Amino acid sequence: MKLQDLANKLFLHTVSCDKGLSKDVSGGYVSDLLSDVLANCAEGSVWITLQKHTNIVAVASLKNLTGIIIVGGRELEEEVLKQAEAKEVTIMTSPMSAFETAGMVYQLLHESKGSEESC
Amino acid sequence: MNRTIEGSFQLIGGDFTNAGESSMQLKQKLTEIELGKDIIKKAAVVAFEAEMNVIIHAAAGWLRYYITKQELRIVIEDMGPGIADIELAMKEGYSTAPEWVKNMGWGAGMGMANMKRNCDEMKVDSVVGEGTTIDIIINLNNS
Ligand SMILES: Nc1ncnc2c1ncn2[C@@H]1O[C@H](COP(=O)(O)OP(=O)(O)O)[C@@H](O)[C@H]1O
Ligand SMILES: [Mg+2]
Repeated sequence: MKLQDLANKLFLHTVSCDKGLSKDVSGGYVSDLLSDVLANCAEGSVWITLQKHTNIVAVASLKNLTGIIIVGGRELEEEVLKQAEAKEVTIMTSPMSAFETAGMVYQLLHESKGSEESC
Repeated sequence: MNRTIEGSFQLIGGDFTNAGESSMQLKQKLTEIELGKDIIKKAAVVAFEAEMNVIIHAAAGWLRYYITKQELRIVIEDMGPGIADIELAMKEGYSTAPEWVKNMGWGAGMGMANMKRNCDEMKVDSVVGEGTTIDIIINLNNS
């Protein structure tokens, strides 16, 4: 499914690199440990986290992630958004918790895979 | 013909703002010269974890790379506290990172293990009070 569809269905607020919304989402990962993301998050995933400092941009860029969802209604600093824009990393925010966000992403990805198979 | 493509980046301890810049530039370079996708993925993890260790644990350092037909070699050398017990440092979960670094989501003690897992050879040399050199090789011909 497209990141745009996911963003719409979860009412995410896109705060950097809108043009990344046309990318495909192939999976998801939840972690606040950056080395864990480097080790285990698959390319093309959305990464759900509460970390919001500038290093998340490098992690997403180096791992070819489709986007980052920052949970818990956290706001990002201008510096981080500038960096994300420069490195073409799409960051979205949500007032929901990591648990709720992951649950919804999981369900949507499974539904969309199911519908792709049936047609 | 067996030309070596090489380059280097300077790393500054404590500079979290620019962390990852060298690794991203290296990844860009590897993409330009069209090394395989899997090689680039591995190199990105290796370089970034090594770069972070200099930023977190050391004062300053260099990341150098050498690419031949056979291998991609990444050497990270720093001036810093050094590592007293390398075997312990390699263990997953061991970290001496301060609390505030852990709060950023670094310092899980997974960095060295991540490097090891994403390369074919890894050599760590360190002198306490002087610095650390990590020499990593990723083979290019068997992918
Ligand atoms: N370049 C370095 N200089 C000094 N100590 C280091 C360096 N790299 C690693 N170490 C030591 O090895 C430990 C484990 O490193 P690593 O696996 O990357 O975990 P982390 O960086 O999360 O602590 C560090 O906490 C530190 O004590
Ligand atoms: Mg580390």
